[in-house]
Amino acid sequence: MQTPDDSALNLDREKGNFSYDVDYAYDAGVGLSEKTIDYISEVKKEAQWIRKFRHDALKIFNEKPLPLNWAPKDIQNVEFDKIRYYLSQGQMPSRDWEDVPDKIKETFERLGVPEQERKFLAGVEAQFDSESAYSRMKEELAKQGVIFMGSTEALREHPEIFRPWFGKVIPVDDNKFSALNSAVFSGGSFIYVPKGVKVKQPLQAYFRINAESFGQFERTLIIADEGAEVTYMEGCTAPRFETSTLHSAVVELVALKGAKIQYITVQNWSNNVFNLVTKRGWAEEDAQVRWIDCNIGSRLTMKYPAVVLNGKRARGEVTSIALANTGQVQDTGAKMIHLADETTSNVVSKSISVGTGRATYRGLTHMKPGLKGCKSNVVCDALLINTNSRTDTYPAINITGDKHFVQHEASVSKVNAEQIFYMRQRGIGEKEALSLSVNGFINELARQFPMEYSVELKRLIEMEMEGSVG
Amino acid sequence: MKASLEIKDLSVSIGERPILKDFSLTINKGEIHALMGPNGTGKSTLAKALAGHPDYTVTGGQALMDGQDLLALSPEQRARWGLFMAFQYPLEIEGVSIANFIRAALQARLKEGEDFSAGDYYKELYAKMDALKMDRAFTARALNVGFSGGEKKRCEVLQMMMLKPAYALLDETDSGLDIDALRIVAEGVNALRGPDFGALVITHYQRLLDYIVPDFVHVMADGRIVKSGGKELALELEKHGYEGIAQA
Repeated sequence: MQTPDDSALNLDREKGNFSYDVDYAYDAGVGLSEKTIDYISEVKKEAQWIRKFRHDALKIFNEKPLPLNWAPKDIQNVEFDKIRYYLSQGQMPSRDWEDVPDKIKETFERLGVPEQERKFLAGVEAQFDSESAYSRMKEELAKQGVIFMGSTEALREHPEIFRPWFGKVIPVDDNKFSALNSAVFSGGSFIYVPKGVKVKQPLQAYFRINAESFGQFERTLIIADEGAEVTYMEGCTAPRFETSTLHSAVVELVALKGAKIQYITVQNWSNNVFNLVTKRGWAEEDAQVRWIDCNIGSRLTMKYPAVVLNGKRARGEVTSIALANTGQVQDTGAKMIHLADETTSNVVSKSISVGTGRATYRGLTHMKPGLKGCKSNVVCDALLINTNSRTDTYPAINITGDKHFVQHEASVSKVNAEQIFYMRQRGIGEKEALSLSVNGFINELARQFPMEYSVELKRLIEMEMEGSVG
Repeated sequence: MKASLEIKDLSVSIGERPILKDFSLTINKGEIHALMGPNGTGKSTLAKALAGHPDYTVTGGQALMDGQDLLALSPEQRARWGLFMAFQYPLEIEGVSIANFIRAALQARLKEGEDFSAGDYYKELYAKMDALKMDRAFTARALNVGFSGGEKKRCEVLQMMMLKPAYALLDETDSGLDIDALRIVAEGVNALRGPDFGALVITHYQRLLDYIVPDFVHVMADGRIVKSGGKELALELEKHGYEGIAQA
């Protein structure tokens, strides 16, 4: 039987596809040098140690080669000397939407951010290009000692809390892009949740790229003190430009004894975005770190959320959904590093390849020698929509020691043309039949998302299915 | 307008291989026809070609539904116009619940601006499930996934009862059913019986026709009907076998 046609897709990413002409008061110019870094440091009036941190990072970035031995080849096409590394209107993060500069406010209104804040969030930060434009948290959380602010402010106002962990979970020299971020980082969220405080509603950040040929390098550090709990969500969009845009974040999570951190990403980048992000969590005794990662859009995404299980009975989870459409590569996965006894890791990854899209799972499970009673479970399922879609799985399992329980399962399935006919015989159109089966494929995972996000996810997937049938 | 499903000189191939050869049959609303015959004579091909399965190529003839050219339509348009096919082997759809699936099928039939009441929908769904002696817990289960043969067939009949087609093609709905399940499924079909419903019941066995009593029985051989008659023809078949009929 004929499979759905392999025609190129005309994607509707219209919701995020707009930009405003903004007069940037601060512009570090095109290209990256020592001067770029000094400029950023001066605009931010940073402490000397941060400036030095940036300069050291730049050296490492310049010395480190691209990982061409294993990375998708397209990574060579990132033009570091054509990117603008810092752009801002000089705005201070406002606590009131009314005070946000007009064009920025309009942007976030079109993206529905203020509405979401009213509906279900405990706090919001909205970043426009390099700097946060809006940042607000419910007062009762502030009273409990919760800190939620941008990286610049947080490093200035609470260095005693953030500096000890800053760049510790992900060292500057972890990879070329963590070094790049460390050199030019701006924006992102720094969160501290004090001992025993459980933040019930999610805190959310929205990252918006507005300018062409721009690089966004936010830096996020979340520390949950002993027994604390927090859920953080990020959403990302950018307009569709002809030239490529770079998004390269570093996200560090620290869950101290018995703490729980859940980090949820729903990104819908336009097709010109290189999305090269390093995310890692650190879990102490009885702590839990969970990444829920949903990757839609972008030209190339490379992202492997990790959890370092450093304390007894710590638990790490990665739940991810990736959708690679024509012209896109989603190279994603998970890394679980077991460093203590009785630690547990669980990875569930689902990928969907549409048209010539390519989704790759790249994973690592590592257990330090001499441990006992660790558990690891990895499941990755791939769904291919068209005959020319492609998926690859590269699991690495690196385990010594005994009394461990380790499981790895992988499956690849194709959308079955008979299933599509069955649904059409019931009156369901071909496109909708396809999105029903794709949504069915991710249903179990999507259900774990907060409701608002699973509805959004379903909508995004339906849009991606547009034009995937002939 | 003629209230009938009118098949005229229909020829159908799978790839290069001709299966149906100048097949003709008219099913008026209000009538139930049984189509019998040995394996490989083209019974399922007829059903799939009428439903618009893309592997089946119509090489000649016509099919008119209430006077309109059925073959010019996509499978989903044929379904929305009122054609239903109960599959011999219903497909499993992972992650899509029965309730959501039937609802999607009903919503696909709505006209612009029309609304859908979830409350009424579930009321009706539960009533029909009760009639088919299906546990209500089934609504949340993924469509046909892990169902027994009998459960799948009941689920086909449930879909038919919810979608209320004008014409139904039941492709060996009796296969794999025990007597109790057979009776329940037949009751489901009989419940739709009336002046606004026509059906073609494809079966190997007389057994089903004890419960769904047909107005006409046709015997197929080599891609066309070789004998037609009333319900007594099925009994005759049972006695003499297809061989005797085809030669008679």
